[in-house]
Amino acid sequence: MSEVKSRVPDGAEPEFVPKIVAFCCYYCAYSAADLAGSLRLQYPPTIRVIEVPCSGKVDPVILLKAFEEGADGVYVAGCLEGDCHFLKGNFRAKKRVAAVKKILDQIGLDGRRLEMFNLSAAMGTRFAEIAVEMTNRIMELGPSPIRPEAVAARRAAQGEVEPR
Amino acid sequence: MIVAEPKPIAEVAELIKTGRHVLIVGCGECVTVCQAGGEKEVEVLASALRILWKKEGKDGTIDTQTIVRQCEPEYVAELAKKVKDADIVLSLGCGVGVQFIAEAYPDKWVVPGLNTKFGGGTVKAGVWEERCGFCGDCILHLTGGICPVIRCSKSILNGPCGGSQDGHCEVAKDIPCAWQLIYDRLKGLGRLELLDEIRPPKDWRTSRDGGPRKFVKEEAMIE
Repeated sequence: MSEVKSRVPDGAEPEFVPKIVAFCCYYCAYSAADLAGSLRLQYPPTIRVIEVPCSGKVDPVILLKAFEEGADGVYVAGCLEGDCHFLKGNFRAKKRVAAVKKILDQIGLDGRRLEMFNLSAAMGTRFAEIAVEMTNRIMELGPSPIRPEAVAARRAAQGEVEPR
Repeated sequence: MIVAEPKPIAEVAELIKTGRHVLIVGCGECVTVCQAGGEKEVEVLASALRILWKKEGKDGTIDTQTIVRQCEPEYVAELAKKVKDADIVLSLGCGVGVQFIAEAYPDKWVVPGLNTKFGGGTVKAGVWEERCGFCGDCILHLTGGICPVIRCSKSILNGPCGGSQDGHCEVAKDIPCAWQLIYDRLKGLGRLELLDEIRPPKDWRTSRDGGPRKFVKEEAMIE
């Protein structure tokens, strides 16, 4: 089993704990999350899993709403390409994620805060890896700019002086 | 239908920057079909603009409403309650919709969120093409149902011109030569004799050359 480790240091109070919303397809990622649990895999507690009947159910509005409500990162986890239970749902999700990434770039939120992942129900380890990967990415990008208190808190924790 | 495309978010943000309470209005007709200004697009834009405002620390509200048709006063009237609370109305209708809202609410600042492009149709999911130039004097019966006025880059009535190369227009490789299409279709239908006739210059007074146009149907008028 591969070692999954996040940048959130053990024991120490992290400077910033990201809030990440994961839209997980019932047929793959959601079951993979279950498997990750059965395998007692550790992954950061930054992920809020939302079950969807298919990644193709995820609409651009829902992705943006998550950011509007203060999510620091969002990802959609769908079946492996070619394995969608509804044939093309994950391809549709991929296009929508790409479109919303562009919107995020346009409004200065950084498209990297949003990602699409593909996995199967048997990939519990991969599920944990994705959680770590996304947490690390968001740790690097910092809190969402629409949460000024979190941005300020992080700056303070990093010893930066507030710009006047 | 009228085909339109969204203006870039930065441009829209600039148009509404003086507002504190913005109402985004969608239209349930053409722009819903071409996925530029329907209910879904309205919600996406509203969410994106709310995020942008939050990011900039701007205080304000962005409300939404999508009506059946922006080009009809009785539907535009349904907006009254929300328009009252807004200081700027951002219409995701075509240019017609923007103007009908502006006419209905003379004291409101109404801005367009779309660039209205052309009269066209869906050729496949996500792709819309121009088909009608609204010239006001249809000649499709002479050209096998393919419009040279709008599909020929030069709008010539006796084509093709010398720029027709292997079925493509010289303007761009992805534009088919309308006159090649007309020839192929008439040949297939055995109606090539239609091309023997020389078409005189078109009377453009029925088009924009005659100024803004109006269509009146007496029997449809109530008063």
